[in-house]
Amino acid sequence: MTRPTALLLAALLLLAALHLLVPLGPWLELRRSDPGLASLLLTEIRLPRTLLAAGYGAVLGMTGAALQALFANPLASPDITGSSSGAALGAVLGAYWFAIVDPLALAAFGAGGAALALVALLLLAGRRSDTATLLLAGVAIALAAGAATSLLLALAPSPFAFYDSFEWLMGSFVDRSLPQAAAALVPAGLACAILVRRAHALDLMALGEDVSASLGYPPRRVAVEVVGLSAIAVGACVSVCGAIGFVGLIAPYAARRLSGGHPGRALVPAALVGAILVVLADLFVRSAPAGRIVPVGIVTTVVGTPLFIWLVVGMRRRLTS
Amino acid sequence: MTSLLSARGVAIDGRLHPTDVDVAAGSLVALIGPNGSGKTSLLRALAGVELSRGSLAIDGEDVASAPPARRPHLLTFLPASRDLAWPIRARDIIALGLAKADPGRIDRLLDLLELGSLADRPADRLSTGERARVLLARALAPSPRLLLLDEPLSNLDPYWVLKTLELLRETVRTLGCSAIVSLHDIDRVGSFDRVLLAAQGSMVADLSPESMLASTELARSFRIERGESGWRVSRA
Repeated sequence: MTRPTALLLAALLLLAALHLLVPLGPWLELRRSDPGLASLLLTEIRLPRTLLAAGYGAVLGMTGAALQALFANPLASPDITGSSSGAALGAVLGAYWFAIVDPLALAAFGAGGAALALVALLLLAGRRSDTATLLLAGVAIALAAGAATSLLLALAPSPFAFYDSFEWLMGSFVDRSLPQAAAALVPAGLACAILVRRAHALDLMALGEDVSASLGYPPRRVAVEVVGLSAIAVGACVSVCGAIGFVGLIAPYAARRLSGGHPGRALVPAALVGAILVVLADLFVRSAPAGRIVPVGIVTTVVGTPLFIWLVVGMRRRLTS
Repeated sequence: MTSLLSARGVAIDGRLHPTDVDVAAGSLVALIGPNGSGKTSLLRALAGVELSRGSLAIDGEDVASAPPARRPHLLTFLPASRDLAWPIRARDIIALGLAKADPGRIDRLLDLLELGSLADRPADRLSTGERARVLLARALAPSPRLLLLDEPLSNLDPYWVLKTLELLRETVRTLGCSAIVSLHDIDRVGSFDRVLLAAQGSMVADLSPESMLASTELARSFRIERGESGWRVSRA
């Protein structure tokens, strides 16, 4: 492990501990009056939230880095490619139309939706398209998936679907159970563990697809693996926590500064940066006025949009200079 | 003499007709042909990038079944494109060519290609010619048995054209490896042992440089002829 990676990991562990224990005062008070309830609160309510925030952030960072490496484009990410929207569509279909309650089955619907969106992107834009084509195709897929999601919610058998979905689909970690956290994080963790093993192939893709193919990594196979694994990881997390924007875009950008520009070697640092960003965003959400729920996805989008614009302006300047 | 490369019936649907290529160890082979004649297709087929049919063996070892860790020792492929998607430093680009880290080897290559002062510059801050040299160093890095180089001399200034040809001769002589090099400038074939001429997706001639330059196949494929003051457009 390199020094920056170790530092990132230390920072993440510190923030995660903070996320788990803060606010400390009420919890200490509860422990004095009812120690059993206090430990229950920690493991049943706070722990899933901390695990999901860190885990989902890591998934966004790593899949973002992998998709950027695959598409050779620093603007590819789960949200920009429409895969988060696809996952939300899959999850809504499963939850409201097939009345699926089991979180793991719901995660499979999410993964299916994300995979469909990524395959649509590959068909529309191709692997090595220019930025404009990639973004337009991604926007088209996100819009189509968003519209389909709204339609499914509007026509859903449950009259409360729209209301429920605000808190679910906009990205939130509030009141998720440990089994729900496991349903999101176990498949996502496995997918990410396999994804990390593709880091070298993704680095070689920086030299062009022909070079990686000549070295025994056929680009089509790498693409199928990266798309499939990213879809599983993102889909499982979205089905439990909803869509969270911009982390998958920003975290790999920061991580490549640590990996000397290598797109594959950035996978692990990107996961750590992503986890840190989402834990921070959720800590911020917790400080909202009592009784008001601010979805964490809105925080990341509000903070991420200026960064995204800055990135686009920077790219434009490089292209025209 | 036993051959280092033995390619049997390699083909790409619609672009390269089934072709046999044998290359002896220690030889420099030039690959010429008009635009769209199949030079790049042949190199890509030999590199295993795209292969509809046929088989490839290097020193008797089947290339298709070699695992990724073994590939760079068998062959490396330098595509004609000099594009790099990410701002990786010159030194790290060369390192990508090696199966395992070897800083000493990278320093030697940086010296050889006079890239020392550019070693820490990211790819997006190198000129096209400088990037061409860095990418050539990447292809040379693992000391492969077979170098497949697509237009390595384009974008290079005269010094580097001559220097690269010298370097390739030196490499095949000392390592006993071979190189197949596609060229635009047919007057450079004199530096090679053997010349392959591609036309319409087939290899139509395989001659020594002198015979190739004098051949009717070359004149016919390129639609040029020898005049008193060098090549001119064929009148026939």
